[in-house]
Amino acid sequence: MAGTGVVAVYGNDGTITETKKSPFSVKVGLAQMLRGGVIMDVVTPEQARVAEEAGACAVMALERVPADIRSQGGVARMSDPQLIKEIKQSVTIPVMAKARIGHFVEAQILEAIGIDYVDESEVLTPADEENHINKHNFRIPFVCGCRNLGEALRRIREGAAMIRTKGEAGTGNIIEAVRHVRSVMGDIRVLRNMDDDEVFTFAKKIAAPYDLVMQTKQLGRLPVVHFAAGGVATPADAAMMMQLGCDGVFVGSGVFKSGDPVKRAQAIVRAVTHYSDPEVLAEVSCGLGEAMVGLNLSDHKVERFASRSE
Amino acid sequence: MVVGVLALQGSFNEHIAALKRLGVKGVEIRKPDQLQNVSSLIIPGGESTTMARLAEYHNLFPALREFVKMGKPVWGTCAGLIFLANKAVGQKLGGQELVGGLDCTVHRNFFGSQIQSFEAELSVPALASQEGGPETFRGVFIRAPAVLDVGPDVDVLADYPVPSNKVLYSSSTVEIQEENAMPEKKVIVAVRQGNLLGTAFHPELTADTRWYIIF
Repeated sequence: MAGTGVVAVYGNDGTITETKKSPFSVKVGLAQMLRGGVIMDVVTPEQARVAEEAGACAVMALERVPADIRSQGGVARMSDPQLIKEIKQSVTIPVMAKARIGHFVEAQILEAIGIDYVDESEVLTPADEENHINKHNFRIPFVCGCRNLGEALRRIREGAAMIRTKGEAGTGNIIEAVRHVRSVMGDIRVLRNMDDDEVFTFAKKIAAPYDLVMQTKQLGRLPVVHFAAGGVATPADAAMMMQLGCDGVFVGSGVFKSGDPVKRAQAIVRAVTHYSDPEVLAEVSCGLGEAMVGLNLSDHKVERFASRSE
Repeated sequence: MVVGVLALQGSFNEHIAALKRLGVKGVEIRKPDQLQNVSSLIIPGGESTTMARLAEYHNLFPALREFVKMGKPVWGTCAGLIFLANKAVGQKLGGQELVGGLDCTVHRNFFGSQIQSFEAELSVPALASQEGGPETFRGVFIRAPAVLDVGPDVDVLADYPVPSNKVLYSSSTVEIQEENAMPEKKVIVAVRQGNLLGTAFHPELTADTRWYIIF
Protein backbone atom coordinates (compact mmCIF):
# COMPACT_ATOMS: atom_id res chain seq x y z
CA MET A 1 0.00 0.00 0.00
CA ALA A 2 2.87 2.35 0.63
CA GLY A 3 4.88 3.85 -2.18
CA THR A 4 1.64 4.11 -4.13
CA GLY A 5 -0.89 6.83 -3.60
CA VAL A 6 1.00 10.04 -3.11
CA VAL A 7 -1.84 12.51 -3.04
CA ALA A 8 -0.88 15.46 -5.23
CA VAL A 9 -1.65 18.81 -3.68
CA TYR A 10 -2.42 21.95 -5.63
CA GLY A 11 -1.37 25.27 -4.13
CA ASN A 12 -3.40 28.47 -4.29
CA ASP A 13 -1.88 29.52 -7.59
CA GLY A 14 -2.68 26.20 -9.25
CA THR A 15 0.76 24.61 -9.27
CA ILE A 16 1.51 21.30 -7.65
CA THR A 17 3.22 21.88 -4.32
CA GLU A 18 5.17 19.49 -2.17
CA THR A 19 2.93 18.35 0.66
CA LYS A 20 3.78 20.70 3.46
CA LYS A 21 6.20 19.58 6.08
CA SER A 22 5.54 15.86 6.24
CA PRO A 23 5.19 13.33 3.43
CA PHE A 24 1.81 11.67 3.20
CA SER A 25 3.43 8.26 3.52
CA VAL A 26 4.65 9.10 7.03
CA LYS A 27 1.13 10.20 8.01
CA VAL A 28 -0.35 7.02 6.63
CA GLY A 29 2.47 4.99 8.21
CA LEU A 30 1.22 5.46 11.74
CA ALA A 31 -2.27 4.36 10.74
CA GLN A 32 -0.74 1.23 9.23
CA MET A 33 0.90 0.51 12.55
CA LEU A 34 -2.46 0.83 14.30
CA ARG A 35 -4.06 -1.84 12.13
CA GLY A 36 -5.59 -4.78 13.92
CA GLY A 37 -5.82 -2.71 17.05
CA VAL A 38 -8.38 -1.00 19.25
CA ILE A 39 -8.40 2.74 19.93
CA MET A 40 -10.29 3.67 23.10
CA ASP A 41 -11.89 6.92 24.23
CA VAL A 42 -10.54 8.03 27.61
CA VAL A 43 -11.36 11.08 29.73
CA THR A 44 -8.74 10.79 32.48
CA PRO A 45 -5.12 9.65 32.77
CA GLU A 46 -6.30 6.72 34.92
CA GLN A 47 -8.60 5.53 32.15
CA ALA A 48 -5.75 5.93 29.68
CA ARG A 49 -3.57 3.65 31.77
CA VAL A 50 -6.36 1.10 32.00
CA ALA A 51 -6.68 1.21 28.22
CA GLU A 52 -2.93 0.78 27.70
CA GLU A 53 -2.83 -2.13 30.15
CA ALA A 54 -5.73 -3.80 28.39
CA GLY A 55 -3.86 -3.66 25.09
CA ALA A 56 -5.28 -0.62 23.33
CA CYS A 57 -3.00 0.45 20.49
CA ALA A 58 -3.86 4.12 21.00
CA VAL A 59 -6.18 6.32 23.08
CA MET A 60 -8.53 9.13 22.09
CA ALA A 61 -8.38 11.85 24.73
CA LEU A 62 -11.52 13.84 25.38
CA GLU A 63 -13.48 15.61 28.11
CA ARG A 64 -16.74 13.76 27.54
CA VAL A 65 -17.44 10.49 25.78
CA PRO A 66 -20.04 10.67 22.99
CA ALA A 67 -22.77 9.13 25.17
CA ASP A 68 -22.37 11.99 27.65
CA ILE A 69 -22.24 14.60 24.90
CA ARG A 70 -25.59 13.24 23.77
CA SER A 71 -27.19 13.23 27.17
CA GLN A 72 -25.84 16.60 28.27
CA GLY A 73 -26.32 18.49 25.01
CA GLY A 74 -24.90 21.95 24.48
CA VAL A 75 -22.03 22.77 22.15
CA ALA A 76 -19.29 20.15 22.18
CA ARG A 77 -15.83 21.58 21.49
CA MET A 78 -12.20 20.51 21.55
CA SER A 79 -11.12 19.39 25.01
CA ASP A 80 -8.89 21.39 27.32
CA PRO A 81 -5.30 20.93 26.06
CA GLN A 82 -4.16 20.54 29.66
CA LEU A 83 -6.23 17.39 30.00
CA ILE A 84 -4.91 16.06 26.73
CA LYS A 85 -1.34 16.76 27.81
CA GLU A 86 -1.89 14.93 31.09
CA ILE A 87 -3.27 11.94 29.25
CA LYS A 88 -0.34 12.00 26.84
CA GLN A 89 2.12 11.97 29.73
CA SER A 90 0.45 9.02 31.38
CA VAL A 91 0.85 6.51 28.53
CA THR A 92 3.44 5.42 25.99
CA ILE A 93 0.97 4.57 23.23
CA PRO A 94 -0.17 7.11 20.62
CA VAL A 95 -2.67 9.74 21.73
CA MET A 96 -5.40 11.21 19.52
CA ALA A 97 -7.84 14.04 20.17
CA LYS A 98 -10.90 15.51 18.47
CA ALA A 99 -11.31 18.84 16.72
CA ARG A 100 -14.54 20.27 15.39
CA ILE A 101 -15.24 19.87 11.69
CA GLY A 102 -13.73 22.82 9.86
CA HIS A 103 -12.07 24.24 12.97
CA PHE A 104 -8.52 24.50 11.74
CA VAL A 105 -7.31 26.45 14.75
CA GLU A 106 -8.37 23.71 17.14
CA ALA A 107 -6.30 21.43 14.91
CA GLN A 108 -3.34 23.84 15.09
CA ILE A 109 -3.53 23.78 18.87
CA LEU A 110 -3.66 20.00 18.95
CA GLU A 111 -0.67 19.85 16.63
CA ALA A 112 1.19 22.28 18.90
CA ILE A 113 0.77 20.09 21.97
CA GLY A 114 2.35 17.24 20.08
CA ILE A 115 -0.27 14.51 20.03
CA ASP A 116 -0.19 11.88 17.32
CA TYR A 117 -3.46 12.17 15.41
CA VAL A 118 -6.40 14.58 15.14
CA ASP A 119 -9.92 13.25 14.67
CA GLU A 120 -12.00 15.81 12.73
CA SER A 121 -15.15 14.59 14.37
CA GLU A 122 -18.86 14.93 13.73
CA VAL A 123 -19.37 14.03 17.40
CA LEU A 124 -18.33 17.58 18.28
CA THR A 125 -20.50 20.44 17.09
CA PRO A 126 -19.32 21.36 13.58
CA ALA A 127 -17.62 24.73 13.23
CA ASP A 128 -18.00 24.97 9.47
CA GLU A 129 -21.09 23.68 7.77
CA GLU A 130 -19.63 23.76 4.27
CA ASN A 131 -15.93 22.99 4.49
CA HIS A 132 -13.64 20.60 6.27
CA ILE A 133 -10.12 21.44 7.38
CA ASN A 134 -7.46 21.48 4.68
CA LYS A 135 -5.49 18.71 6.29
CA HIS A 136 -2.56 19.05 3.90
CA ASN A 137 -1.53 22.18 5.78
CA PHE A 138 -0.59 20.19 8.83
CA ARG A 139 2.24 17.92 9.86
CA ILE A 140 -0.08 16.02 12.14
CA PRO A 141 -2.16 13.33 10.44
CA PHE A 142 -5.96 13.36 10.55
CA VAL A 143 -8.64 10.71 10.80
CA CYS A 144 -12.08 11.54 9.41
CA GLY A 145 -15.43 9.78 9.41
CA CYS A 146 -17.42 8.67 6.41
CA ARG A 147 -20.76 7.10 5.59
CA ASN A 148 -20.01 6.04 2.06
CA LEU A 149 -17.20 5.79 -0.47
CA GLY A 150 -17.71 9.29 -1.85
CA GLU A 151 -17.32 10.88 1.58
CA ALA A 152 -14.27 8.77 2.33
CA LEU A 153 -12.50 9.80 -0.86
CA ARG A 154 -13.44 13.47 -0.40
CA ARG A 155 -11.85 13.41 3.05
CA ILE A 156 -8.74 11.67 1.71
CA ARG A 157 -8.39 14.31 -0.99
CA GLU A 158 -8.53 16.96 1.70
CA GLY A 159 -5.63 15.17 3.35
CA ALA A 160 -7.06 12.62 5.76
CA ALA A 161 -4.52 9.87 6.37
CA MET A 162 -6.97 7.48 8.00
CA ILE A 163 -10.69 6.92 7.64
CA ARG A 164 -13.27 5.53 10.05
CA THR A 165 -16.95 4.83 9.68
CA LYS A 166 -19.11 7.43 11.34
CA GLY A 167 -21.61 5.01 12.81
CA GLU A 168 -23.75 6.70 15.43
CA ALA A 169 -21.38 7.53 18.24
CA GLY A 170 -22.56 7.29 21.80
CA THR A 171 -25.52 5.04 21.07
CA GLY A 172 -23.97 1.62 21.61
CA ASN A 173 -25.95 0.64 18.54
CA ILE A 174 -23.89 -0.91 15.79
CA ILE A 175 -26.52 -0.61 13.08
CA GLU A 176 -25.24 2.63 11.57
CA ALA A 177 -21.59 1.58 11.54
CA VAL A 178 -22.59 -1.60 9.73
CA ARG A 179 -24.61 0.44 7.25
CA HIS A 180 -21.64 2.68 6.57
CA VAL A 181 -19.05 -0.04 6.19
CA ARG A 182 -21.32 -2.07 3.92
CA SER A 183 -21.88 1.01 1.82
CA VAL A 184 -18.15 1.65 1.41
CA MET A 185 -17.24 -1.99 0.82
CA GLY A 186 -20.20 -2.47 -1.48
CA ASP A 187 -19.21 0.48 -3.64
CA ILE A 188 -15.64 -0.79 -3.76
CA ARG A 189 -16.88 -4.18 -4.91
CA VAL A 190 -18.91 -2.55 -7.66
CA LEU A 191 -15.96 -0.39 -8.62
CA ARG A 192 -13.58 -3.32 -8.88
CA ASN A 193 -15.67 -4.98 -11.54
CA MET A 194 -16.53 -1.85 -13.41
CA ASP A 195 -15.30 -1.12 -16.89
CA ASP A 196 -12.58 1.54 -16.71
CA ASP A 197 -14.51 3.81 -19.08
CA GLU A 198 -17.40 3.97 -16.66
CA VAL A 199 -15.33 5.20 -13.75
CA PHE A 200 -15.60 8.84 -14.85
CA THR A 201 -19.35 8.81 -14.42
CA PHE A 202 -19.13 6.80 -11.23
CA ALA A 203 -16.77 9.37 -9.76
CA LYS A 204 -19.23 12.09 -10.66
CA LYS A 205 -22.07 10.11 -9.15
CA ILE A 206 -20.40 9.64 -5.80
CA ALA A 207 -18.94 13.17 -5.93
CA ALA A 208 -15.39 11.97 -5.42
CA PRO A 209 -12.12 12.89 -7.18
CA TYR A 210 -11.51 10.71 -10.20
CA ASP A 211 -7.86 10.00 -9.38
CA LEU A 212 -8.72 8.57 -5.98
CA VAL A 213 -11.61 6.56 -7.40
CA MET A 214 -9.25 4.96 -9.93
CA GLN A 215 -6.67 4.34 -7.22
CA THR A 216 -9.32 2.65 -5.08
CA LYS A 217 -10.32 0.53 -8.04
CA GLN A 218 -6.75 -0.59 -8.62
CA LEU A 219 -6.02 -1.30 -4.97
CA GLY A 220 -9.35 -3.00 -4.37
CA ARG A 221 -9.58 -1.10 -1.10
CA LEU A 222 -9.43 2.44 0.22
CA PRO A 223 -6.01 4.05 -0.28
CA VAL A 224 -5.77 4.53 3.50
CA VAL A 225 -6.44 2.46 6.59
CA HIS A 226 -10.16 2.10 7.34
CA PHE A 227 -11.33 1.64 10.93
CA ALA A 228 -14.76 0.97 12.35
CA ALA A 229 -16.28 3.45 14.77
CA GLY A 230 -19.58 4.45 16.26
CA GLY A 231 -21.59 2.13 18.48
CA VAL A 232 -19.16 -0.72 19.15
CA ALA A 233 -20.14 -2.08 22.56
CA THR A 234 -19.23 -5.76 22.65
CA PRO A 235 -16.45 -8.06 21.44
CA ALA A 236 -18.92 -9.48 18.94
CA ASP A 237 -19.55 -6.00 17.52
CA ALA A 238 -15.82 -5.44 17.13
CA ALA A 239 -15.22 -8.80 15.48
CA MET A 240 -18.12 -8.30 13.09
CA MET A 241 -16.72 -4.97 11.91
CA MET A 242 -13.37 -6.67 11.33
CA GLN A 243 -15.04 -9.45 9.37
CA LEU A 244 -16.89 -6.86 7.30
CA GLY A 245 -13.51 -5.57 6.19
CA CYS A 246 -12.34 -2.91 8.63
CA ASP A 247 -8.68 -2.67 9.61
CA GLY A 248 -9.32 -1.94 13.28
CA VAL A 249 -11.83 -0.55 15.72
CA PHE A 250 -12.50 2.65 17.70
CA VAL A 251 -14.42 2.10 20.90
CA GLY A 252 -15.83 5.20 22.55
CA SER A 253 -18.49 5.08 25.19
CA GLY A 254 -18.56 1.29 24.85
CA VAL A 255 -15.70 0.59 27.26
CA PHE A 256 -15.89 3.05 30.13
CA LYS A 257 -19.67 3.26 30.21
CA SER A 258 -19.94 -0.49 30.71
CA GLY A 259 -20.18 -2.39 33.98
CA ASP A 260 -16.59 -3.74 34.00
CA PRO A 261 -14.41 -1.55 31.77
CA VAL A 262 -11.16 -3.44 32.41
CA LYS A 263 -12.55 -6.78 31.41
CA ARG A 264 -14.49 -5.40 28.47
CA ALA A 265 -11.49 -3.51 27.13
CA GLN A 266 -9.35 -6.65 27.22
CA ALA A 267 -12.10 -8.68 25.62
CA ILE A 268 -12.51 -6.25 22.75
CA VAL A 269 -8.74 -6.14 22.11
CA ARG A 270 -8.62 -9.92 21.94
CA ALA A 271 -11.73 -10.07 19.77
CA VAL A 272 -10.15 -7.76 17.20
CA THR A 273 -7.02 -9.91 16.97
CA HIS A 274 -8.95 -13.16 16.72
CA TYR A 275 -11.88 -11.79 14.81
CA SER A 276 -12.42 -14.89 12.71
CA ASP A 277 -11.96 -17.43 15.48
CA PRO A 278 -15.39 -18.06 17.03
CA GLU A 279 -14.01 -20.10 19.91
CA VAL A 280 -11.84 -17.26 21.12
CA LEU A 281 -14.71 -14.84 20.58
CA ALA A 282 -17.00 -17.00 22.67
CA GLU A 283 -14.41 -17.25 25.40
CA VAL A 284 -13.81 -13.51 25.62
CA SER A 285 -17.52 -12.69 25.53
CA CYS A 286 -18.27 -14.70 28.66
CA GLY A 287 -18.81 -13.01 31.99
CA LEU A 288 -18.23 -9.44 30.84
CA GLY A 289 -20.86 -7.80 32.99
CA GLU A 290 -23.18 -5.12 31.74
CA ALA A 291 -22.66 -3.57 28.35
CA MET A 292 -23.48 0.11 27.95
CA VAL A 293 -27.23 0.57 27.76
CA GLY A 294 -27.32 2.48 24.49
CA LEU A 295 -30.01 4.10 22.41
CA ASN A 296 -32.47 2.66 19.95
CA LEU A 297 -32.20 4.62 16.74
CA SER A 298 -35.83 4.19 15.77
CA ASP A 299 -36.54 6.87 18.36
CA HIS A 300 -36.79 10.07 16.32
CA LYS A 301 -35.58 12.27 19.18
CA VAL A 302 -32.08 10.83 18.84
CA GLU A 303 -29.89 13.30 16.97
CA ARG A 304 -27.98 11.83 14.07
CA PHE A 305 -24.40 13.02 14.36
CA ALA A 306 -23.47 11.24 11.17
CA SER A 307 -25.54 13.50 8.94
CA ARG A 308 -23.86 16.65 10.27
CA SER A 309 -21.38 16.82 7.44
CA GLU A 310 -20.92 15.55 3.93
CA MET B 1 10.06 -21.96 2.67
CA VAL B 2 7.26 -20.60 4.75
CA VAL B 3 7.75 -17.42 6.72
CA GLY B 4 5.54 -16.79 9.71
CA VAL B 5 4.40 -13.25 10.49
CA LEU B 6 3.18 -12.56 14.03
CA ALA B 7 -0.35 -11.35 13.41
CA LEU B 8 -1.45 -10.08 16.81
CA GLN B 9 -1.64 -6.45 15.70
CA GLY B 10 0.12 -4.01 13.43
CA SER B 11 1.45 -4.11 9.92
CA PHE B 12 1.40 -7.85 9.39
CA ASN B 13 -0.59 -7.54 6.19
CA GLU B 14 2.07 -5.28 4.72
CA HIS B 15 4.78 -7.81 5.52
CA ILE B 16 2.80 -10.63 3.98
CA ALA B 17 2.23 -8.51 0.87
CA ALA B 18 5.94 -7.76 0.61
CA LEU B 19 6.77 -11.46 0.96
CA LYS B 20 4.22 -12.24 -1.72
CA ARG B 21 5.93 -9.81 -4.08
CA LEU B 22 9.08 -11.88 -3.63
CA GLY B 23 7.20 -15.11 -4.23
CA VAL B 24 7.47 -16.28 -0.62
CA LYS B 25 4.52 -17.63 1.31
CA GLY B 26 3.70 -15.72 4.47
CA VAL B 27 1.53 -17.18 7.20
CA GLU B 28 -0.25 -15.32 10.00
CA ILE B 29 0.76 -16.51 13.46
CA ARG B 30 -1.55 -15.94 16.41
CA LYS B 31 -1.12 -19.04 18.55
CA PRO B 32 1.91 -20.97 19.82
CA ASP B 33 1.24 -24.20 17.90
CA GLN B 34 1.28 -22.31 14.61
CA LEU B 35 4.98 -21.59 15.13
CA GLN B 36 5.77 -25.21 14.47
CA ASN B 37 4.79 -24.90 10.82
CA VAL B 38 7.16 -22.10 9.88
CA SER B 39 10.88 -21.94 9.34
CA SER B 40 11.34 -18.27 10.21
CA LEU B 41 9.40 -15.44 11.78
CA ILE B 42 8.82 -11.74 11.24
CA ILE B 43 7.56 -9.65 14.13
CA PRO B 44 5.91 -6.62 12.52
CA GLY B 45 5.62 -2.98 13.46
CA GLY B 46 2.67 -1.90 15.56
CA GLU B 47 2.17 -1.16 19.21
CA SER B 48 4.54 -3.31 21.26
CA THR B 49 2.46 -3.00 24.45
CA THR B 50 -0.64 -4.23 22.60
CA MET B 51 1.24 -7.15 21.07
CA ALA B 52 2.76 -8.04 24.45
CA ARG B 53 -0.69 -8.14 26.09
CA LEU B 54 -2.10 -10.34 23.35
CA ALA B 55 0.97 -12.59 23.39
CA GLU B 56 0.54 -13.09 27.14
CA TYR B 57 -3.10 -14.04 26.68
CA HIS B 58 -2.12 -16.87 24.37
CA ASN B 59 0.97 -17.85 26.26
CA LEU B 60 3.05 -17.04 23.22
CA PHE B 61 6.15 -15.79 25.00
CA PRO B 62 7.57 -19.23 25.94
CA ALA B 63 7.01 -20.45 22.38
CA LEU B 64 8.63 -17.32 20.93
CA ARG B 65 11.64 -17.65 23.21
CA GLU B 66 11.97 -21.29 22.25
CA PHE B 67 11.86 -20.31 18.57
CA VAL B 68 14.68 -17.82 19.07
CA LYS B 69 16.70 -20.26 21.14
CA MET B 70 16.47 -22.89 18.42
CA GLY B 71 18.38 -20.50 16.22
CA LYS B 72 15.61 -19.97 13.72
CA PRO B 73 15.74 -16.68 11.81
CA VAL B 74 13.62 -13.94 13.36
CA TRP B 75 13.27 -10.37 12.11
CA GLY B 76 11.74 -7.63 14.23
CA THR B 77 10.72 -4.30 12.68
CA CYS B 78 10.10 -1.38 15.01
CA ALA B 79 7.83 -2.90 17.69
CA GLY B 80 9.28 -6.26 16.68
CA LEU B 81 12.77 -4.95 17.40
CA ILE B 82 11.61 -4.03 20.90
CA PHE B 83 10.30 -7.56 21.36
CA LEU B 84 13.64 -9.08 20.42
CA ALA B 85 15.82 -6.79 22.51
CA ASN B 86 17.24 -8.01 25.76
CA LYS B 87 16.52 -4.71 27.42
CA ALA B 88 14.10 -1.86 26.71
CA VAL B 89 13.83 1.60 28.24
CA GLY B 90 10.99 4.06 27.94
CA GLN B 91 8.44 1.47 28.89
CA LYS B 92 5.01 2.09 30.25
CA LEU B 93 4.30 1.97 33.97
CA GLY B 94 4.69 -1.61 35.00
CA GLY B 95 6.95 -2.48 32.09
CA GLN B 96 6.25 -4.94 29.33
CA GLU B 97 7.35 -8.44 28.61
CA LEU B 98 10.01 -9.06 25.96
CA VAL B 99 11.09 -12.08 24.02
CA GLY B 100 14.76 -11.18 24.14
CA GLY B 101 17.65 -12.69 22.21
CA LEU B 102 19.11 -9.63 20.60
CA ASP B 103 21.91 -8.41 22.81
CA CYS B 104 21.11 -4.71 22.81
CA THR B 105 19.25 -2.00 24.67
CA VAL B 106 16.39 -0.40 22.83
CA HIS B 107 14.63 2.88 23.62
CA ARG B 108 10.93 2.97 22.78
CA ASN B 109 9.57 5.97 20.92
CA PHE B 110 13.08 7.37 20.83
CA PHE B 111 12.38 10.08 18.32
CA GLY B 112 9.19 11.25 19.97
CA SER B 113 5.57 11.15 18.95
CA GLN B 114 4.01 11.16 15.49
CA ILE B 115 5.03 14.71 14.65
CA GLN B 116 8.62 13.60 14.92
CA SER B 117 8.05 10.62 12.64
CA PHE B 118 9.99 10.90 9.43
CA GLU B 119 11.48 9.29 6.38
CA ALA B 120 15.23 9.29 5.92
CA GLU B 121 17.79 8.08 3.47
CA LEU B 122 19.93 5.64 5.38
CA SER B 123 23.38 4.66 4.37
CA VAL B 124 23.41 0.89 4.22
CA PRO B 125 26.79 -0.28 2.95
CA ALA B 126 26.30 -3.80 4.29
CA LEU B 127 23.02 -4.20 2.44
CA ALA B 128 24.40 -2.78 -0.77
CA SER B 129 27.45 -5.01 -0.76
CA GLN B 130 25.36 -8.10 -0.16
CA GLU B 131 22.41 -7.41 -2.38
CA GLY B 132 23.49 -4.69 -4.76
CA GLY B 133 21.26 -1.75 -5.43
CA PRO B 134 21.75 1.84 -4.27
CA GLU B 135 23.95 2.68 -1.31
CA THR B 136 21.02 4.20 0.53
CA PHE B 137 17.66 2.96 1.67
CA ARG B 138 14.61 5.09 2.34
CA GLY B 139 13.69 4.21 5.89
CA VAL B 140 10.29 5.13 7.24
CA PHE B 141 10.45 5.88 10.96
CA ILE B 142 7.10 5.96 12.71
CA ARG B 143 7.34 6.75 16.44
CA ALA B 144 10.39 4.61 16.08
CA PRO B 145 12.63 3.09 18.71
CA ALA B 146 16.39 3.31 18.55
CA VAL B 147 19.09 0.97 19.71
CA LEU B 148 21.16 2.66 22.38
CA ASP B 149 23.94 0.16 22.69
CA VAL B 150 24.81 -3.32 21.51
CA GLY B 151 26.69 -6.31 22.76
CA PRO B 152 29.89 -7.62 21.22
CA ASP B 153 28.29 -10.15 18.87
CA VAL B 154 25.97 -7.70 17.22
CA ASP B 155 26.63 -6.20 13.76
CA VAL B 156 25.40 -2.68 13.21
CA LEU B 157 23.84 -2.45 9.76
CA ALA B 158 22.67 1.15 9.80
CA ASP B 159 22.65 4.14 12.07
CA TYR B 160 21.14 7.60 12.13
CA PRO B 161 22.67 10.84 13.37
CA VAL B 162 20.99 12.75 16.15
CA PRO B 163 21.88 16.35 17.03
CA SER B 164 23.47 16.49 20.46
CA ASN B 165 21.35 19.35 21.76
CA LYS B 166 18.16 17.45 21.08
CA VAL B 167 16.30 16.78 24.29
CA LEU B 168 16.15 13.05 24.53
CA TYR B 169 12.73 11.66 25.20
CA SER B 170 12.58 10.74 28.84
CA SER B 171 9.60 8.85 30.06
CA SER B 172 8.08 9.33 33.44
CA THR B 173 9.42 5.96 34.57
CA VAL B 174 13.02 6.04 33.43
CA GLU B 175 15.50 8.88 33.26
CA ILE B 176 18.31 8.51 30.79
CA GLN B 177 21.66 10.13 31.23
CA GLU B 178 23.38 10.86 27.94
CA GLU B 179 26.64 12.72 27.57
CA ASN B 180 26.46 15.75 25.35
CA ALA B 181 30.17 15.84 24.70
CA MET B 182 30.18 14.81 21.03
CA PRO B 183 29.04 17.32 18.43
CA GLU B 184 27.00 14.71 16.61
CA LYS B 185 25.77 11.45 17.99
CA LYS B 186 24.41 8.49 16.19
CA VAL B 187 21.84 5.99 17.25
CA ILE B 188 21.70 2.56 15.80
CA VAL B 189 18.69 1.68 13.74
CA ALA B 190 19.48 -1.71 12.24
CA VAL B 191 21.29 -4.64 13.78
CA ARG B 192 22.02 -8.26 13.09
CA GLN B 193 23.12 -10.97 15.47
CA GLY B 194 23.43 -14.44 14.01
CA ASN B 195 19.96 -15.31 12.74
CA LEU B 196 18.29 -12.35 14.39
CA LEU B 197 17.68 -9.15 12.46
CA GLY B 198 16.28 -5.97 13.88
CA THR B 199 15.28 -2.71 12.17
CA ALA B 200 13.82 0.38 13.83
CA PHE B 201 12.23 1.51 10.59
CA HIS B 202 9.61 -0.10 8.39
CA PRO B 203 10.82 -1.84 5.23
CA GLU B 204 7.28 -3.19 4.80
CA LEU B 205 6.09 0.32 4.04
CA THR B 206 8.37 0.90 1.07
CA ALA B 207 8.86 -0.95 -2.16
CA ASP B 208 12.57 -1.70 -1.63
CA THR B 209 12.65 -5.39 -0.81
CA ARG B 210 16.35 -5.85 -0.10
CA TRP B 211 15.90 -6.28 3.64
CA TYR B 212 13.57 -9.20 2.95
CA ILE B 213 16.19 -10.82 0.78
CA ILE B 214 18.93 -10.66 3.37
CA PHE B 215 16.51 -12.09 5.88
